[in-house]
Amino acid sequence: MTALASRSGRSTPGDTRRRLVVIGNGMAGARAVEEILARGGAVQHRITMFGDEPYGNYNRIMLSHVLSGEEDAGGIFLNSLDWYRENDITLHAGVRVDKIDRFAKLVFSDDGRATPYDVLIIATGSRSFMPPVEGLYTPGGRLLPGVFAFRTIDDTRGMVSYAQQDHRRRAVVIGGGLLGLEAARGLQSHGVDVDVVHSGRHLMNAQMGPDGGAVLRRSVEALGIRVHTSSRTTAILGGDRVRGVQLRDAPDIECDMVVVAAGIRPNVEVAVTSGLPVERAILVDDHMRVPDEDEIYAVGECVQHRGEVYGLVAPLWEQAAVLADHVTGANPKATYLGSRTATKLKVAGVDVASMGLQAPERDTDEHVVFSEPSRGVFKSIVIRDSKIVGATLLGDSRKVAYLTQAFDRGLPLPEERVSLLFDLGGPDEEAGVAELDGDAQVCNCNGVSKQAIADTVRGGCTTLSGVMDATRAGKGCGSCKLLVRQVVEWAADGAVEEDPAAAYYVPGVPLDKAALMAAIREQGLRSVSAVFAALAPGGAEDSKSKMGLASLLKMMWAGEYIDERDARFVNDRVHANIQRDGTFSVVPQMKGGVTSPEQLRRIADVADKYNIPMVKLTGGQRIDLLGVPKEDLPKVWADLDMPSGYAYGKSFRTVKTCVGQEFCRFGTGDSTKLGIEIESRFQGIESPAKLKLAVSGCPRNCAESLVKDVGVVAVDGGRWEIYVGGAAGAHIRKGDLLATVDDPETVKLLAGRFMQYYRERANWLERTYSFVPRVGIEHLRAVIVDDAEGLGAQLDAAMQESVDAYVDPWAERNDPFTPGQFRTSLPLEVLPQVPVR
Amino acid sequence: MSAELFNDRQAGGLHILGPVDQIPVGEGRAYGVAGEQVAVFRLRDGSLRAVSAVCPHKGGPIADGTIDRTVVMCPLHQHAFELETGCSTTGAGPLRSYPVFADESQNIIVRLP
Ligand SMILES: Cc1cc2nc3c(=O)[nH]c(=O)nc-3n(C[C@H](O)[C@H](O)[C@H](O)COP(=O)(O)OP(=O)(O)OC[C@H]3O[C@@H](n4cnc5c(N)ncnc54)[C@H](O)[C@@H]3O)c2cc1C
Ligand code: SF4
Ligand code: FES
Repeated sequence: MTALASRSGRSTPGDTRRRLVVIGNGMAGARAVEEILARGGAVQHRITMFGDEPYGNYNRIMLSHVLSGEEDAGGIFLNSLDWYRENDITLHAGVRVDKIDRFAKLVFSDDGRATPYDVLIIATGSRSFMPPVEGLYTPGGRLLPGVFAFRTIDDTRGMVSYAQQDHRRRAVVIGGGLLGLEAARGLQSHGVDVDVVHSGRHLMNAQMGPDGGAVLRRSVEALGIRVHTSSRTTAILGGDRVRGVQLRDAPDIECDMVVVAAGIRPNVEVAVTSGLPVERAILVDDHMRVPDEDEIYAVGECVQHRGEVYGLVAPLWEQAAVLADHVTGANPKATYLGSRTATKLKVAGVDVASMGLQAPERDTDEHVVFSEPSRGVFKSIVIRDSKIVGATLLGDSRKVAYLTQAFDRGLPLPEERVSLLFDLGGPDEEAGVAELDGDAQVCNCNGVSKQAIADTVRGGCTTLSGVMDATRAGKGCGSCKLLVRQVVEWAADGAVEEDPAAAYYVPGVPLDKAALMAAIREQGLRSVSAVFAALAPGGAEDSKSKMGLASLLKMMWAGEYIDERDARFVNDRVHANIQRDGTFSVVPQMKGGVTSPEQLRRIADVADKYNIPMVKLTGGQRIDLLGVPKEDLPKVWADLDMPSGYAYGKSFRTVKTCVGQEFCRFGTGDSTKLGIEIESRFQGIESPAKLKLAVSGCPRNCAESLVKDVGVVAVDGGRWEIYVGGAAGAHIRKGDLLATVDDPETVKLLAGRFMQYYRERANWLERTYSFVPRVGIEHLRAVIVDDAEGLGAQLDAAMQESVDAYVDPWAERNDPFTPGQFRTSLPLEVLPQVPVR
Repeated sequence: MSAELFNDRQAGGLHILGPVDQIPVGEGRAYGVAGEQVAVFRLRDGSLRAVSAVCPHKGGPIADGTIDRTVVMCPLHQHAFELETGCSTTGAGPLRSYPVFADESQNIIVRLP
């Protein structure tokens, strides 16, 4: 014991809790830990998790949405890194476990660590199966450039950025199951032309029979996806990168990328190397324990239970609950007896549900089928002894809830079988929902029951979006949204309110942006309080709306705006960026990223004088002084004696530049000079969301201009390209080419005109990467470059007015705008302290 | 200050925090009162509200929050709390709320239990 404890290196003396180690930080591993915590397990266990992906835990199901661009990769995290910290869980992210020593009770990881455990959970999941196809790998053993698996965030990000390169026009997806179809649909949204090559005779053959598969094929082909069934890929062509695929018995298909979605294989290497029993996957008993190992459990896709290996999340949830009951001792009698898998999914935009048998197996089985291929509807139900033993539904999921329940519980069926498929005469949909039990799970991703939704509605929440926010139902894969809506409608007795607020510019004023601006102008409303008084219901202020209104009014009225400081977010009240410990970070202006020894010296002196805990270079080529207490801000600014660099607001921030013509061998334009001019002109301009710009001196793009809100690139012949709507954050998007112009003056004019148009039309917090695709680059080109709507002069004048109204906010250092503007708001010692390096 | 009022203040745990106009309309300021951290807000209608100054979520500075007539929103992660009761409307733990008013000479008076 002493030997083990000393090897762990981090055990605190007196901590007598059992050491619980989890290998695998995916959906099952994290869920098991959540279930353990929910049973008070933190008191008994000190938890350590290993995950070889360098992230916290995320919702893998949502990767399809990330691929299609409906969701940011940042939006799919189930547990942020904070969650681990809050729950005192040690997470080794990006670390792989290679071996378990069952006798010494240690796990060995690839960072050279040996971690002792008292209880071990293996949740290593699966990986994509790579079929033996020639040319899949480079001689170095890596996947050929252009070939992707579809399993992780990194896979998905890789696909998105590859697909977004302009010359990648065609993709082949290998595998016509659920994942392959999702991948195909996702790639289409990046303008890529897709073929699906499937070795089975029909699509999704694991979930449905040939008739359903044929109907699905029609629906998929109607989306413009070409389908090749009974067709095997024999080689990937290209050599240095993907140029096509070779099929058995069919002509080659030319393409630029290949996505392999040909099934999954459980990750069992650790278990095999460590001598645990493995067949198709790691064996477990009804307690989720590995046979003959009292302290080793396994859960998730890496597990084989009573001969079954599951590839969907619902069974994992059930397994995790049983496992937690045993690990914590909450219910030593809990048993997992297997799951009846009912799949309810939206595959490539088509509703698909399948459960149990695909087709009758015995002579006495009844088979009820309805098929309407032209509408993409297919329904098939297999009945044995008056119980449902299988069903497939395509394109119409209204009866799914009822059928799933009947299948799960073996409910007796109506005499008239056809009413299983259709709602005859009755008040249709709702009847199905009304029949559901309260504890029936409506949202599988987040485990929300019908009862929970009904209670929320009865508690007064009667909009779909309100219920979704309150319960998180429908916020996973989204396949249950229709059902959630139905339950809400049923519970609200038809009194569901549409959520009109979705179209409002800010939640507290019931107007969209255009109507709001018109009303503000008409009534001459110059302050946020005046807007609330005139336009909000009951004249009520709304804290959530203040910042958006302040920004809008400042844009509309420039110098005539009446500045009420309480309408601003604290960042804009003190002109610095609030950090997690309540201190602020200060970024002095450095136009175009250019500085001088004199400035650097001053910054260094200030950092010394105020004990700045961290000095850091930002991604936008500026210097950030982090950890400044609020009360020090005025002194710090005074000593810096530089203007504000706008690192905090929803505003124009920086222009990143490369060295360009002045120094670079390749530069064809003076990017630094133009960057400085742009930054001088537009400094501090408010906008609906932050604006980051860049200027590069040649198409090598060292300033990364293609992924900026506005990016400028010098091209040969003294000309300049202007890109808009790029992003390289949580969302990645290459900007669209707005115009190619002859001189820097025109760059400044058009960039300003674009920004003004964006300021006037974009929704609050809508970044240009959403705005540009929403309004369309052709439209923007027409308005901004060709002045097709005659708005040019007006936009230019409005921008000029904002430019002229510029005042450096740091000037407030000598003359605070409000009493106590820089007075501290908290006793700093209670906050989590930011580490000092 | 009359003796009567003074006694009353002592008995009820009343504390004088100084002139109301230290707090700009619509904003909050933090005060250390008898070892507790209190955020006092001055609403646009001139009335005062007082709640604990440290966010129960992750210690955010409540006095730096954005308010309306009913709630204050913590600047760190936007949890909202009712100014009257301190109860969170977004599922965080509650803030403590304190009785607060301005006396006849426009001083802020807060009562601690
Ligand atoms: C694109 C996509 C869409 C999907 N859609 C759906 C859907 O709509 N509905 C549905 O029910 N299911 C869906 N699934 C399946 C679902 O995601 C899986 O069933 C689920 O994620 C399995 O959970 P798990 O924890 O067992 O495995 P995983 O989530 O894969 O987690 C295992 C983790 O362990 C890590 N790991 C493996 N070995 C080691 C090691 N030795 N050391 C450290 N870490 C290790 C892995 O890298 C991984 O992060 C989808 C899957 C994908 C890929
Ligand atoms: S973008 Fe072109 S000009 Fe600028 S530094 Fe790079 S190579 Fe040189
Ligand atoms: S610290 Fe206040 S909301 Fe998080």
